[in-house]
Amino acid sequence: MLLISCPWCGPREESEFSYGGEAHIVRPKDPDALSDLEWADYLFMRNNPSGRYLERWLHAAGCRRWFNAERDTVSYKIKSVYKISDPAPRGDE
Amino acid sequence: MKSPLDSSRSQPYRLATGGRIDRAKPLTFTFNGKRLQGYQGDTVASALLANGVRLVGRSFKYHRPRGIVGSGPEEPNAILQVGRGALTTPNLQATEVELAEGLQAGSVNCWPSVEHDIGAINGLFSRFLPPGFYYKTFMWPSRMWKTYERFIRKAAGLGVSPKEPDPDRYDRMNTHCDVLVVGGGPAGLAAALEAGRAGARVILADERRELGGSLLDGRDEIDGAPALEWVNAASRELASMKEVRLLLRSTVFGYYDHNFLTVLQRLSTDSTSISRPLIKERVWRVRAKQVVLATGAIERPLVFPNNDRPGVMLASAVSAYVNRYAVAPGSRPLVFTNNDSAYRTVLDLAEAGIPVQAVVDVRPEPNGPLPSRVKDMGIPVIGGHVIVDVKGTKRVKGVEIMSVDASGERVEGRRRSIRCDLVAVSGGWNPTVHLHCQSGGGTRYDGEKGCFVPDAPAQEERSAGSSKGSFALGDCLGEGLEVGAEAARAAGFGDGRVSTPVPTVEDRAEEPLKAMWVAPSRRPPVREHKQFVDMQEDVTAGDIVLAAREGYDSMQLLNRYTTLGFGTDQGKLGNVNGMGVLANHLGADIESVGTITFRPPYTSVTFGAIAGREIGGLLDPVRKTAIHRWHIEHRAVMEDVGQWKRPWYYPQPGESMEDAVNRECMAARNAVALLDQSTLGKIDVQGPDAAEFLNRVYTNNWLKLGIGRARYGLMLSEDGMVMDDGVVIRHGEQHFYLTTTTGGAASVFSWLERWLQTEWPELEVYLTSVTERWSTIALVGPHSRKLLQDLDSDINFEKSSFPFMSIHSGSLAGFPVQVMRVSFSGELAFEINIESDLALAMWQALMKAGEEYDITPYGTEAMHVLRAEKGFIIVGQDTDGSMTPVDMGMGWLLSKDKDYLGKRSLSRSDCVRKDRKQLVGLLSTDGTTILPEGTQLVDDPSAGIPVPISGHVTSSYASACLGHPIALALVKAGRARKGSIIYAALRDGRHVKAEIVSPVFYDPQGERQRV
Amino acid sequence: MSDQARRESPLAEFLAAPRKADPATGAGVQISERPFLGHINLRGDPSEKRFLEAVEGAIGVALPLEPNTVAEGGEISALWLGPDEWLLLTPPDRQRDVVLTLKAALGDTFAAVNDLSGGQTVVRIQGTHARDVLSKGCPLDLHPRVFGPGQCAQSHISKTMALIRQIDDTPTYDVIVRRSFADYLARWLEEAAQEYGLAVIAESPT
Repeated sequence: MLLISCPWCGPREESEFSYGGEAHIVRPKDPDALSDLEWADYLFMRNNPSGRYLERWLHAAGCRRWFNAERDTVSYKIKSVYKISDPAPRGDE
Repeated sequence: MKSPLDSSRSQPYRLATGGRIDRAKPLTFTFNGKRLQGYQGDTVASALLANGVRLVGRSFKYHRPRGIVGSGPEEPNAILQVGRGALTTPNLQATEVELAEGLQAGSVNCWPSVEHDIGAINGLFSRFLPPGFYYKTFMWPSRMWKTYERFIRKAAGLGVSPKEPDPDRYDRMNTHCDVLVVGGGPAGLAAALEAGRAGARVILADERRELGGSLLDGRDEIDGAPALEWVNAASRELASMKEVRLLLRSTVFGYYDHNFLTVLQRLSTDSTSISRPLIKERVWRVRAKQVVLATGAIERPLVFPNNDRPGVMLASAVSAYVNRYAVAPGSRPLVFTNNDSAYRTVLDLAEAGIPVQAVVDVRPEPNGPLPSRVKDMGIPVIGGHVIVDVKGTKRVKGVEIMSVDASGERVEGRRRSIRCDLVAVSGGWNPTVHLHCQSGGGTRYDGEKGCFVPDAPAQEERSAGSSKGSFALGDCLGEGLEVGAEAARAAGFGDGRVSTPVPTVEDRAEEPLKAMWVAPSRRPPVREHKQFVDMQEDVTAGDIVLAAREGYDSMQLLNRYTTLGFGTDQGKLGNVNGMGVLANHLGADIESVGTITFRPPYTSVTFGAIAGREIGGLLDPVRKTAIHRWHIEHRAVMEDVGQWKRPWYYPQPGESMEDAVNRECMAARNAVALLDQSTLGKIDVQGPDAAEFLNRVYTNNWLKLGIGRARYGLMLSEDGMVMDDGVVIRHGEQHFYLTTTTGGAASVFSWLERWLQTEWPELEVYLTSVTERWSTIALVGPHSRKLLQDLDSDINFEKSSFPFMSIHSGSLAGFPVQVMRVSFSGELAFEINIESDLALAMWQALMKAGEEYDITPYGTEAMHVLRAEKGFIIVGQDTDGSMTPVDMGMGWLLSKDKDYLGKRSLSRSDCVRKDRKQLVGLLSTDGTTILPEGTQLVDDPSAGIPVPISGHVTSSYASACLGHPIALALVKAGRARKGSIIYAALRDGRHVKAEIVSPVFYDPQGERQRV
Repeated sequence: MSDQARRESPLAEFLAAPRKADPATGAGVQISERPFLGHINLRGDPSEKRFLEAVEGAIGVALPLEPNTVAEGGEISALWLGPDEWLLLTPPDRQRDVVLTLKAALGDTFAAVNDLSGGQTVVRIQGTHARDVLSKGCPLDLHPRVFGPGQCAQSHISKTMALIRQIDDTPTYDVIVRRSFADYLARWLEEAAQEYGLAVIAESPT
């Protein structure tokens, strides 16, 4: 079970959270301008790296806020958490 | 010398003095039906040995006679069924079961008895039962598999499951600490002391019933006094520290992410007491800032021909039985070793007055301090020799030894026999690295120590003592103190410096061992008498060589093919030797053959402990509405809707379900009826951007909805599929209220918040769940308005003032309410929202006022029928996440003027396919057959397999109102097929003819709900 | 008949169930309900001075801005639920007035006030083993070094979401739970508390 730091509530057990997949997926501004393939890319395609991954979490049983986390998908270490409104951390830090 | 054993006593192998047993508390127990005696403080294993019981079981595959090998959780052979009836537990290790008065234990895997077991016949056929034999046998002819399976089932497995429910309770506890110390031996005690003294929150867990670890099994001295005095002082100091928690009889069985570990605490070991239920076990779920692993080491046996005979034991276990339990596991012991530590066992036996016949040492010239002491005592030390055979089948009678040549790899010369009844074996020590590896840490091979030691930790953890490869007691204590202080400092307590000097220990330096994975013998492994590597799984050195020849030549392949390490002992004695045998065969270094992955649990955990308290009535939350009590009192049959209990139907005496549902439906259509609808999700939406937000998440348009008006809304997921639906009400310019399905309440709320927070944070709108705040009573039927008008109210219920799809707030029967004219039944209906504390009283008031109209409560079944008669869909019943609104005939709800979630997907090529399934109605042509929900629909009942599927039935009911069954279904291009025939393929092979019709069976103009 | 006479709290059935009479003294744990309090959900932007001042003026309490803390003033407690969300607890029957006062004070400031009374209730659990009972199902660290009076936290107890607030060092905790889950939670707590000696009291002193 992961220990996840909510940016507001601090470290809490994973059982208080639910997972939201890859972070920084932005809804296209003009969906009608996209081909089916481009729209499908937004809908379905997600990165699945071995290593550093930026993902979303919801503190579902807590403050009910969404936030982002920088986690290593191999070691499961969470390097940082940041608010939705904050910029993504640079990968080389 | 006078023997310390007295065979005339009831426990012929109990030593007259010593041990940590309580001789003032004798206990009687039975083993395989025979009554035996032991003492408080014994394990079943030590008591059996005290009674001279050598044969305790039969091996898994070959049914070879087996005896006790170890003294702890590494025990592979003494697997017993303990207890009777509801309390019987299979496959407990005799070394781990504390003796209790009246305990009943028996061998598993043998019939009719362990002494005479017909399964032994397997041994005769062992040539035909090599590893993986089951992959190559029982395959032909394939139709015989069912027959083979029945016999294999009988032969497979060990032990018997209980057939009655477990009366005991299992608990769970979440806890946090600064330092978790695993292991209460010298290193662990030292670490816990330092961490505790620094003020940290410490948990110290040990699997035994008392602290001391390996010190309990030996005769060490600390600071010039018996080591156990130091243990007692440490225990007292730890017990006095408020922030130190001691967990005894507690095995740390799992190490997971971010320093989360699980501990199984055995609270009651009593399998006999009738005073139940008791809390038997508790799982501690520990989040630790820092972890200290002081898990010790487990001795590794040597592998030689017939090394599984009862009486061949680990040398350290022999010492444990002698020192801790005052039991002599034999009267004529012989020691076989490749290292110095086994000489301690010789000294322990000698101290107890039991003459050791000889020490057979694979090293040519053992000259260390321990071997020298033994030689000085006159005990023969035969260097440069190995055991090449063990005599005796049900108990050891003697061994044959041979000399090893200069290369160390072959035997030479003549065999020499030595009589003995106990062989104490040591091949070195394996640090217990399981938890370290579970946490993600790796290991490296230490050539000098001949074992794998922990490499860099992957989490905030440190190893100390034998678990790190530091076997000397002085090092254990020193490292424990350092690591404890360091762990406390890392957790924010103390400065990391040890607070006391290291206790003094007289460490006798040891000479190196000679690593030997399988002892040289007369013949190669595949042709030699069985040399067991894994006792419990009956895996021999020959099996490993054969498997490697077949291509299973790395550990991950080898262990799966041979089942090495798969038993309940999880290869604690066999895995490293197995790696060595493979390495020898391949001519490679042991580090290069790959490793076995350690997974939790370290030792077996009961299902009860994993389930904890969430069983029976507490398995899942049972959610009840505010009116629940009334439903139960009026004999409603309840159904589960997610976690909710909802009335399904209210049968009157003598009524079947069909009778009740028919009556309820007719009441709703012809008189007045009421439904507890409180479970629907309700969300309050407020803010300047409220309407804009709703526009983005629903398919229809909200900007122009009038205040006090309601409209049906449809929600799609981004892939264009129907996700949820409900009614949206406008309370004000910037204030809306929306409902969701019962099952969608939480997910829709979550969905909406997700878009708001992550995609549209600029929108000024707040969402608040009011699902529980409001209870909802649907009052339905032609007399519903009259009933409401009979009650005291400031609301004008006339149509002119209260049109369909509108809302009024006010008071009703003295209660503050919000009333909406919304209809899921198609009848004149009013949904009354009332604060939940008052809902029951409101319901009762309506029932009372409704008496003159013959008011009828109705449940979810009647609700389903009523809406189906009107062709109203239920999301999740008629949809399955793969239906678009166009499929469902709801194209009219799709706004063309704005974007909304899911809109773009509706024009994807797959979503505009002409042959997509569409919602239709079905009428069975015979007018009586009710098509089962889920039935597949086909066009041609005589088509050959595979029959093309044209659709399926989603909802199906008897309709009292219409007088014949109706069904809703999804049929490919169904709307264009109205009037045509389709066939429902029933499970029994019959086909039922049905006509495809409109899904609206009743009042297609929707006039009745608008009156 | 007044509202008060006709209302039924979420734990009415649980409390009325027949139990072995356990003496309240000597029990390691006591469970009771604090029924019919006013529960008001308030949402607004704490970076807006207008919002904070309007609320403080209306209810006499400054909203707590530090996560998971409680501010008390007079008859109202304000519990932090999220960066822009609070729960206001009022004595029974005060919530309607407080809602009206708040809405009037907020005017057209962007905020949301929702009366949730009746939709959730307060279960009070107190005694020397109250912390142990909660910890059997709740993953929060409730040790006095990290959690005490004046703090609150949303989490789950077994499979039920719950808001836990520590009242005093007995320890006494108020657990705020949604109505439909309250009966299950109370039964779960009762089970978990058995080994410590449990007393179920009909109504706790306010």
